Amino acid sequence: MRTNTRRSRRLVAFAAIAALTTGLLAGCAEDSDDGSSNSDGGSDGSGSGKTTLSVGTFGVFGYKQAGLYDEYMKLNPDVTIKENVTTRTDVYWPKTLTRLQAGAGTDDIQAIEIGNVAEAVQTQGDKFVDLGKEVDKSQWLDWKNAQATTEDGKLIGLGTDIGPMAVCYRKDLFEKAGLETDRTKLAEQWKGDWGKYVDLGKEYMKKAPSGTKYVDSASSVYNAVLNGESERYYDDGGDVVWDKSSGVKNAWDVAMEVATSDMSAKLKQFDKPWDQAYANGTFATVACPAWMIGYIQEKSGAAGKGKWDVAAAPTAANWGGAFIGVPTASKNQKEAIKLAKWLTAPEQQAKVFAKQASFPSTPSAYSTLKPADATTAYFSDAPITQIFSDSAKTIPTQIFGVKDQPINTALTDIGILQVEQKGKSPEEGWDAATEEIKDVLGQ
Amino acid sequence: MKASPYAFISPFFIFFGAFSLVPLLYTAWYSLHNVQLADLDNQTWAGLDNYQNLFSSDFFWNSLWVTLLIGVISTVPQLIMAIGLAHLLNYKLRGSTVWRVVMLTPYATSVAAATLVFVLLYSWDGGMINWLLDFVGVDPINWRESDWGSKFAVSTIVIWRWTGYNALIYLAAMQAIPADLYESASLDGANRWQQFRHVTVPQLRPTILFTVVVSTIGATQLFGEPLLFGGVSGSKGGSDHQYQTLGLYMYDQGWVIGNLGKASAIAWSMFLILLLIAVINLLVSRRLRKSQ
Repeated sequence: MRTNTRRSRRLVAFAAIAALTTGLLAGCAEDSDDGSSNSDGGSDGSGSGKTTLSVGTFGVFGYKQAGLYDEYMKLNPDVTIKENVTTRTDVYWPKTLTRLQAGAGTDDIQAIEIGNVAEAVQTQGDKFVDLGKEVDKSQWLDWKNAQATTEDGKLIGLGTDIGPMAVCYRKDLFEKAGLETDRTKLAEQWKGDWGKYVDLGKEYMKKAPSGTKYVDSASSVYNAVLNGESERYYDDGGDVVWDKSSGVKNAWDVAMEVATSDMSAKLKQFDKPWDQAYANGTFATVACPAWMIGYIQEKSGAAGKGKWDVAAAPTAANWGGAFIGVPTASKNQKEAIKLAKWLTAPEQQAKVFAKQASFPSTPSAYSTLKPADATTAYFSDAPITQIFSDSAKTIPTQIFGVKDQPINTALTDIGILQVEQKGKSPEEGWDAATEEIKDVLGQ
Repeated sequence: MKASPYAFISPFFIFFGAFSLVPLLYTAWYSLHNVQLADLDNQTWAGLDNYQNLFSSDFFWNSLWVTLLIGVISTVPQLIMAIGLAHLLNYKLRGSTVWRVVMLTPYATSVAAATLVFVLLYSWDGGMINWLLDFVGVDPINWRESDWGSKFAVSTIVIWRWTGYNALIYLAAMQAIPADLYESASLDGANRWQQFRHVTVPQLRPTILFTVVVSTIGATQLFGEPLLFGGVSGSKGGSDHQYQTLGLYMYDQGWVIGNLGKASAIAWSMFLILLLIAVINLLVSRRLRKSQ
C-alpha cells in the first residue's frame, strides 16, 4: 500500500517533469518570437479547405493599412492572412536569412528590402520560388525586375514600391530667407547638379530664420546624390569598387561641402531628434523619396500643414523600395504566389499609394494614381504624382552588392558623422570609413 | 529509488545542455571557420585566422578598452554609492519599506525603457542635461559623439539601474552584523564614521566581493544600454566607436556585417576574459580569507 502510493506519487512527479520538459522544448521548436504563432491552421489547403497564409514584413508596409488583406480575404473566403511585422529591417533581415537557410520558420510570403535584395539574389536564390514564370514581367520597371533576378534568370521577388526622390522644402522658411519659393523655378535653379542645391544652401544661411538650418544632415545629401548615380559600391562583375567609384566620390564631395559648412542641422535620420526637428521646423529642406511623404506629414504634424512643398530633385534618384518573394519552404506555395501576384498588381499598388504614398513599381498604375486629399493639401497642392513619376521613369539602373548596406553605413555613420559632428577633416573621415569598410569586407 | 532526485534536477541540465553548452561548443567550432550569415552551410576551415584577425584589429582592442573603461566608471561609483545608501537605510527610518521598494524600481525597469529616457535627457539639442548645463554657462555637449561624454552617459544608465539592487544586497548583509559589535565599538569611543569604517566595511567584505564579481561580469557583457543609446546604427557605438563595447562589436560583426566566424571568435574571447577574471577573483578571495 505504502510503496504503492509512493510509487504513484513518483510517477506523477515524473510525468510532470516530462510534460514540463517536452512542453517547453516543443515551445522552442515552434516559431514563437514576436508572439506570432502561425503554425496553426490548415497547412496544406486541403482538409478543412481553409488556408492560412502568413506574410512577413518590416516597417510599415501599408498592406494592412490600405485594407488589402481584408479585401483579399473577402474575395477568397477560404484564405486567412496573417501579417508578421518586424519594425526594424536590421532585425528583420538576419532573422529571415537564418530561417531561409534552415528551411523552417519562414512565412509564406517574405518581404525583401532593396538594401538586402542583392544578398538575397546572390546567396538565397535557390530558397525562393521563381516567380518569373508566374507573372507578366513587363508590368514592372525593368531595373526593378533586374534587381531581383538571379544570374540564371530566376525572379525571386515581385516589386512592391520604389523610392523616386524629390526635394521637400519649407516654403515659409524659404520666403523668410529671401529665396525662390515656386517649386518649378526652384527645380530649375538646381536642375542636374546637387552642387547647385548646396549653393542655394549657402544663400539660405546668409538670411536664415533664427534657429533653422538648410538641410537635416550631410548623410541625407550623400544618400540622395549616390542614389542618382549609376555607379555605387560594386561593379557589374560583383567586385567591390567603392573607393574608385565615381558615384561615391561625387556624393562624398557634395556631402563634405555640407558637413564642413553651417547649413546642416547635424541630425541622424530616423533618430528621435530628427522627428522632433520636423515638429519644430528647424530645417528647411530634406531629400524626400515618395515613402517619406507620409512620414513628414506625421512628424511635422498639424503645424506644418500647407508650409511644406515638393520640388523635383536635381537628379532622378531612387531611394528604398522593396520586393515580396515566396520561400520554397512555404507549404502553401500555390496560394502564396497567388496572393503575392495580387498584392503587387498595379491596382493594389495604387491603393497603397493612396494610403501612404508608397510609390508603385508598375508604370501602368501611374496614370491612375491619386494621393489622399489630405496629403495634397499638406504639401501646398504640389503635383506629387507628376513629380515622382517623372523621376521614376529616368532613374538609372544601379548595381547593388552583397555588403552594400554595411558599406553605406560605414560611409554615412562613421565617415560623414565624424566630419559633421566631431569636427574632423574630410580626409580623416574618409580614412576612418576606409578602415571600417576593410573590417566589413574582412580585408 | 535513487533516480528521482536526478530526474528533478534534470530539466535544468537538459536546458543548460540544449541552450548553453551546445551553442557554446558550436560557437567554438564556428570561431575556427569562415562562416557568413548569408551562407551558413558553406563553412570553410580557417584555423586560428579569426583570432589572429581579431587580435591584430584596432577595433577589437578599442572595444576591449571601452568595455574596461565603462566598466570602471560605472561599477566603482555604483558600489560606493550603494554602500552609502545601504548604510543610511540601515538607520531606523520612517516608512523604511517604501524607501527599499523605491531603491529597487530602477532595477525593475527594462533596459530599453530606461535607456530611451536617458537618450532624451542626453539629447544634444534640447536635452534636459544640456539645458541645465546652459544655466551654469557650459556649452551644450554632444553626448553621443564626444569621447568621454558618451562613456559617461552610458555609465550613468548602468549606475542608475544597478545601484539600488546592490544597496539592498549590502543592506541585507548589514542587518546580519551582530549589534554587540557596534555596542562595544561605541563603548570604545568610536563615532558613527569610525564604526562604519572599522565594523561595517570589514564585516561586509564577502558581500562586497560578491557584488564586485557580479558587476564585473555584467560590465563585460554590457550591450543593451550602449546599443540603444546609439539609436540608428547603434551597434557601431558612435562614429569613432567611442562606446562600442565587446558585446556591441560582436553583434556588429555577426548580425550587421554578417561575419559569424569572427563574431564567434569575439564571443569566445569574451568567455576567456571572464574565466580570467574568475581566476583572479578566486586568488583574491583566498588571500582575503587567509588575512582574516
